[in-house]
Order: sequence, then structure tokens, then C-alpha cells
Amino acid sequence: MAGHSDVSDPPRTTPLERGEGSADFARIETPLKRFVLAYRSDGVAVGALAVLCVIVVAAVLCPWIAPQNPYDLSVLDVMDSRLAPGERSGDGRFTFWLGSDEQGRDILSAILYGVRTSLAVGIGSTLLALAIGLTLGLTAAYAGGRAQVLIMRVADIQLSFPPILIALILLALTGPGVGKIIVALVAVQWAYYARTARSTALVELGKEYIEAARGLRLSALRITFRHLLPNCVPPLTIVCAMQVAAAISLEATLSFLGLGLPPTEPSLGLLISNGSQYLMSGKYWISVFPGVALLVLIVSINLVADHLRDVLNPRLQVH
Amino acid sequence: MLRFVIGRIWQSLVVLFVMSLLVFVGIYAVGNPIDIFISPETTQAERAAAIAALGLDQPLWTQYGRFLRGALSGDLGRSFAYSTPATTLILERLPATLELAVSALVLSVAIGIPLGLWAALKKDHWVGRSIMGMSILGFSLPTFWVGLMFIMLFSVTLGWFPSSGRGETALVLGVPLSIVTADGLRHLVLPASNLALFNTALVIRLTRSGTLEALLQEYVKFARAKGLPRSRIIGVHVLKNILIPVLTVIALQFGALIAFAIVTETIYAWPGMGKLIIDSIRVLDRPVVVAYLMLTVTIFVLINLVVDLAYSVLDPRVRLSDLKG
Repeated sequence: MAGHSDVSDPPRTTPLERGEGSADFARIETPLKRFVLAYRSDGVAVGALAVLCVIVVAAVLCPWIAPQNPYDLSVLDVMDSRLAPGERSGDGRFTFWLGSDEQGRDILSAILYGVRTSLAVGIGSTLLALAIGLTLGLTAAYAGGRAQVLIMRVADIQLSFPPILIALILLALTGPGVGKIIVALVAVQWAYYARTARSTALVELGKEYIEAARGLRLSALRITFRHLLPNCVPPLTIVCAMQVAAAISLEATLSFLGLGLPPTEPSLGLLISNGSQYLMSGKYWISVFPGVALLVLIVSINLVADHLRDVLNPRLQVH
Repeated sequence: MLRFVIGRIWQSLVVLFVMSLLVFVGIYAVGNPIDIFISPETTQAERAAAIAALGLDQPLWTQYGRFLRGALSGDLGRSFAYSTPATTLILERLPATLELAVSALVLSVAIGIPLGLWAALKKDHWVGRSIMGMSILGFSLPTFWVGLMFIMLFSVTLGWFPSSGRGETALVLGVPLSIVTADGLRHLVLPASNLALFNTALVIRLTRSGTLEALLQEYVKFARAKGLPRSRIIGVHVLKNILIPVLTVIALQFGALIAFAIVTETIYAWPGMGKLIIDSIRVLDRPVVVAYLMLTVTIFVLINLVVDLAYSVLDPRVRLSDLKG
């Protein structure tokens, strides 16, 4: 219980920089505080997080901040189709800052709506896959025996196929649709979580606090959820962050191929696919701007994930 | 060892069987092909005859039985759209896909290994940092979008390379290839670079981390102490040691390249298996979809089996832990 003064005077350096001797300091900081301090050490990652926050806020608020609702057919005017960026609408009341597509849709608004769909599908499928993978992974680690062999064998077999092939098989079987693409993305992702959860849990299960909890005759459920699970959070967070980016990219790719979201849903992949027909005639904006939006979204998530890996990786913190 | 081999082969067979069941039932339970392949103007009798000819009036399990027997003899049904055997249709397009995938593989190794080495040697220099930045970008850039941007830049604006098709092909050992003709090579450049993008980023990362690790090893210190020139230490001692893990991962990535060729082929209208499957899904040409999925899954199962067996020979711990589990 040493180092009480730490609370009033937080260390200026990160746990990474302070090195090994700071085990006592680290213990009395809250994990969140330690995490924030370590995260702030990299400017690029902080910037990426800021960009990501702006994107998320803009996407969530898109019905209020978008210049038009691009999926409300009553506000679209065919006379405004394929206008170049910066041109005004036929009635002169509206400026298409990023141009318009063949249906007279404002590209900027379509991007905001599309990003919202991408985020919803990406995050939704990741959380669902996390829940399934975590349950199976922890079950495998805790139960051992046949259950473990079966679960891990299925996960291994699945991971030996590229994600796009698995998604393709499922979507070729079921056809496009929001629910179906989420199912496909969950099917692609769950094995990563199951594997990470199991391997982390196996390490944690060998530690003394679990032995202590067992000695107290706590129930298996309680040990799993109250003691084991919180200690599996850091590695799973990293996998989650990387998987959200991968899921968004895969969804856009599948939608681009016409296998993902139906044409009635706002989607960056579909926007890019529609615009690709006009690339040859020099009408670049229909494909390019949604692509840039997708790129910024994925790169910022990846940069955040990359830095999270450095911050949360206990192996790197020891040095 | 024998037990391990038999176990792995058995596992592969189970995977193939489950896949065949899943693919078949899924594909044949979705939509109604009768509406797509038989014109609404035909008479009732013509309709019935066409349904019987395609075997669509049989119960699903009978159709599956026929399909499984056919699959074992290499006959996966006839394409509804082309009315040629589905397997022939796919195998005709296999060389184009393989050519694309191999070109992309070679390209990613040829670019990725030197860049990865360079990034490791200049770790804290701006060169190393910008190479790593590029590799993060390579991971993040959606392949299909980069493909479109390549077309916009190199085909539309600069007019350097054509944007679609294989161009002129010439027969090499009876297989039509683009790479041997000047026109074909020009057609190959953009799709191969596009497909190589992700893999190049991967090779850069693997080579860099491998090199950084190798540079700390005793044998590098020893070579330095011996007074060997830096170029020889890097080019011979280090490179030799990092090449094995890098090449292993690259070989494993070959399957992923074939799968990802679906995207590239669709963008560049490259007449390979990937474009065929997307076109077939769009018109519900189910025998071709089934045949493609079965063929690809078989290829993957075989690759995985070979890799597993090779690993167990190289590293006995793999098969020991497997038996324990």
C-alpha cells in the first residue's frame, strides 16, 4: 500500500517509460488512468482517435447535419444528376459540395449516411462475434477436454480459409441483405475472439488469483465472469479494434461486388460501385470521395488499434 | 506419425463433406431458378420438359445424391447459362486466375523483401518510418477502391495501361498466358499490382520484424566480430534466416490471393474464375457457383493438409500437442 502521494501527484511519465521498478505505482493508479497516460504518448494515435471521434459524431448526427436525405426519393431531382463538385442545383437553392450521382443525390450526404451504415454494420457484427467468440473461447479454456478440442478445431479450420471466401460462400447461399451481411461478418470473425479468449484465459487460469478464487469455493460462472473475464479484456480490445476495421473493409468490398448490402441501403461500397461506371468519362467524384471517406475511416481505426496494441501489450510493458 | 496423418486426412474429408452439404442445400434452397432460366412465355409442357431436363423437379436429397456422385467423378453439373459442364467452365478460367495470383505473389516478394530489409536497417530514420507508414496504408486501403484509382490514374488520365481484359495471349505448353506477349503484359500490370498490394504490405512487415530480431542474434555479432562486410552479413546471414518464415507465410497467402482475385478480376474484367463466380451469382447460375465453391474449398483443404503435414515433419511439437489435445 505504498506510494499514497501518487494520487495527488500523478507521474508525468507513462508506465512504459518508468520501467520495471514502478510495480507499486502501477498498482495504485486506476487501470483507466494508466491507459490514458500511455495512450497519450503517441501524437499520431491521438490524432487518429480525434479524427475517428469526428467521423463517428458526424455519422450518428447525419440526419440533422447532412444537406439532404439522399435516400428520400421525394427530395431528389433527376435534373441535378452527375453535377460536378461545387455546382448548384437546378433551382439554385442547393450546392453540391462534393458533386452528385446519377440520381441527383448529394455525395456528401450519401457519404455521411454510408459511413453510418458502415459503422453500424462493422461495430454490430464485431460485438456479436465478440460475444459468441468470447463465450466459446472461455468455455473451451475452462471446460477443457472434448469441448475444447471441438471448439478449437472448428475455429482452426475456419481460420485456414480467407475471410472473403467464407463471406462469399455464405452470401452466395443467402443473397444480399443487412441481416445476412452481419451474419456473414460474425461468421468470419468469431474464431479470432475464441482463439484469443482461450489462449489468454489459459494463461490466466494458471495464476494464483484464480487458485485463490477456487480455494474460496466460488462457482465456475463467478470465477469466469468476475475474475477471469476482466483480465482477458486488454488482448480482446486489440482484436476488436482491428476486426472493426477489417469488417468495415470487407462489408464495403462485398457491397461493391453486389453481394453485401441491397441497393436500398446507404453504403459506401455501393456508392463506389455505382460511380465506377462513370470513371471512364472523367466523372471521378462519385467513386473517389466515398472511397476517401472509407479510407480515412479504416486508416484511423487501424492507427488507433496499432497503438492500442503497443499500450496494452504486457510483454512490451515489461521492458 | 501415422495416426496424425490419418487424423488430418479424415478431418479434411469431413470438412469437404460438410462444405458440400452446406453449399448444395444453401444454393439450391435460395430463389427459384425456373423463373430465371425458363422464359415466362413458354407453354406449360415446355416448362415441365425444361425442369425435368435440368433435374429441378427432384427432391433436394435426390439432387444432392446426384451432385455428390457427380462431384466424385469430377462432374459438378452443367451451367444453366452456358450449357457447358461447370467444371470445364471453371477450369478454362483457372489459368487466367493462376497467372494473376502468381504474378501478384512474385511482385509482392520482389518489392516487399527489399523494402522490409531497408525499413529494418533504417528503423528510426525517416525512410524506415515512411516505409512502415506505407505498409499500414497498404493494409488499410480497400483493394477494390485502389483498383479503381489505378484505372483512373493509369488508364484514363495517363493512358499508360489498359483497364480491362487479358489482352493478347499466347500458348505456353498448351496454356494461354498473357505475360509472354507485350500486349498481354501491359494488361497484366494493373491487376497484378492491385492484387499484390495487401501482400506487399504483409511481406514488408514480416521482413522488417524478422530482420530486427535477427540483428540481435549472436551469429550477427559473431559475423561482425569476424570483420565481415555489412552487405554480406545482411545479404547472406540475415536474409537466409528470415527467408524461411517469410516464405512460409507467403506460400500460405497464395490461397488468399486466389480468393481475393475475385475482387481484382471483377474490377479489371479479367476473365478468371473470380469474375465467373460473381457473374454466376448474379444470374443464379447455381451449378457454376456450387462447382466454384467446391473446387476452391478443395484447393484450400489440400493446401492446408500439405502445410499441416509438412509442419509436423519439421516441428514434432505440432503433432505431439495435437495428440494430447
